[in-house]
Amino acid sequence: MSIRLDKPWIEFSKQSIDRVTGHLGVYQLGNAEKEIIYIGVAGARSRFGLRGELQKWLELDDIATSFFRLEVTMAYKTRHAELLQIFLHDFKRLPLANKNLNVKSMGRLNVG
Amino acid sequence: MDFTLNEEQTMIVDMVRKFVQQEIIPLEKDLDPDADEVDHDTYAKLVEKTKAMGLYGLDTPPEYGGPDISMVTRTLIAIECSQHRAGLYVPCYNAFGGARQAQLFEATDAQKEKYLYPMLKGEKKVFFGLSEPSGGSDPARAIQTKAVRDGNDHWVLNGTKLWISGADRADYGLVFARTGGEGRSGVTAFIVETDWPGFNVTRVVHTLRSAKYATEIHIENLRVPHENILGEEGGGFAIANDRLARQRVPYAAECLGVAIRAHEMAVEYAKIRETFGATLSSRQGIQWMLVENEIDLRSARLLVLDAAAKCDRGLPFRTESAIAKLVCAENGFRVVDRSMQIHGGLGVAKDLPLERWFREMRIRRIGEGPSEVQKHVIARDIIGASLR
Repeated sequence: MSIRLDKPWIEFSKQSIDRVTGHLGVYQLGNAEKEIIYIGVAGARSRFGLRGELQKWLELDDIATSFFRLEVTMAYKTRHAELLQIFLHDFKRLPLANKNLNVKSMGRLNVG
Repeated sequence: MDFTLNEEQTMIVDMVRKFVQQEIIPLEKDLDPDADEVDHDTYAKLVEKTKAMGLYGLDTPPEYGGPDISMVTRTLIAIECSQHRAGLYVPCYNAFGGARQAQLFEATDAQKEKYLYPMLKGEKKVFFGLSEPSGGSDPARAIQTKAVRDGNDHWVLNGTKLWISGADRADYGLVFARTGGEGRSGVTAFIVETDWPGFNVTRVVHTLRSAKYATEIHIENLRVPHENILGEEGGGFAIANDRLARQRVPYAAECLGVAIRAHEMAVEYAKIRETFGATLSSRQGIQWMLVENEIDLRSARLLVLDAAAKCDRGLPFRTESAIAKLVCAENGFRVVDRSMQIHGGLGVAKDLPLERWFREMRIRRIGEGPSEVQKHVIARDIIGASLR
């Protein structure tokens, strides 16, 4: 099993997001260069799962999102934590739009 | 056996039950169904309340500031604390002080200053590194992590640990490594700091318990000062074993607590849910399921309190704690399963806590020694000989 989320990037548009299922899972938003700018989660309180969470971003224009990719998983909490830790390991910082999270409370992974 | 609660126990049980119902369950309405922690301010308020109750630091000995309670009382508290959605693995979101690495109470004075007291104050987080890819139920034989003496002052550790909770967020932890030959006397416990070179948490292990993950640790040429040996060289197995035997009792009681709540929900639901013109509770098929729940719960309660009472009387309780763990995990799982069945589709939805309890109770049949290992321990004690 790949530790990193390596699913293909999809164009961030209403049309493509409307096709996303309402499952629980995790997702990443990317800028025009396909660099990760946000790591998100669709938990059990998300009304329409991954689709609902991505649709929320369509209504926001505070970050320039060009792509998204996702992974359906019931272990959405632990997978979200894992993806954030991997990003921290790779870049020594959080994604731009995750900056409200507390780095100190996160675990440290050395994924190699 | 008379397990009638005395006045103090009755008061404590009542107090903890109210705390769960009035402080914990309302919080969960807004939390993710798989949440395993609350925000810092909420946690601080909860701890304030458990301290006011005189029950903070449940597993801390009184001489270190913990409450002076018997194992029976500790068990009764565990039964109550776990009766909410997250209660099986994070009873009351650790407002009673959370899990403690009891082995550190055996530390030297210098080790206590550096490692035990910061942990007790909640300033530092600690992990317990026993299990390895080669196994966890039989550490005396399974441990392959090696520690080799390097001069007089240091040891060098190499190996892999698996299924370790909280290592990625911990400041230090206990790592069990082989310093001698095969068997129990070859295992030593080391206190290891997680920012030392050679200590790497390499991956998260996702399980049915989606609220919390385990980790895998790779230890590569990790230099540990000799003074960081906990206990004696070759004494690691005794340290690990002591923890496993003592913690089995409240661990078993938590399984029982969750099952009690699941059963109560099933009884309530069966009385109001109608099918084909009659309530579920009027159907013999459902009644028998509730009866089986009741018998499973009562037998589990007697056995876990029996283990706790033997511990309090200073009698050997290894067999009793193994029986308690086995019966509470197996019976508890069956009770949660039947309660889900009675709830129908609602039972498997995340709207109710049953599906989380079902997943987590399944793990309990394996965690802290699988049911089959408990049977092995019990059989060994019955026969009076070491079974291989």
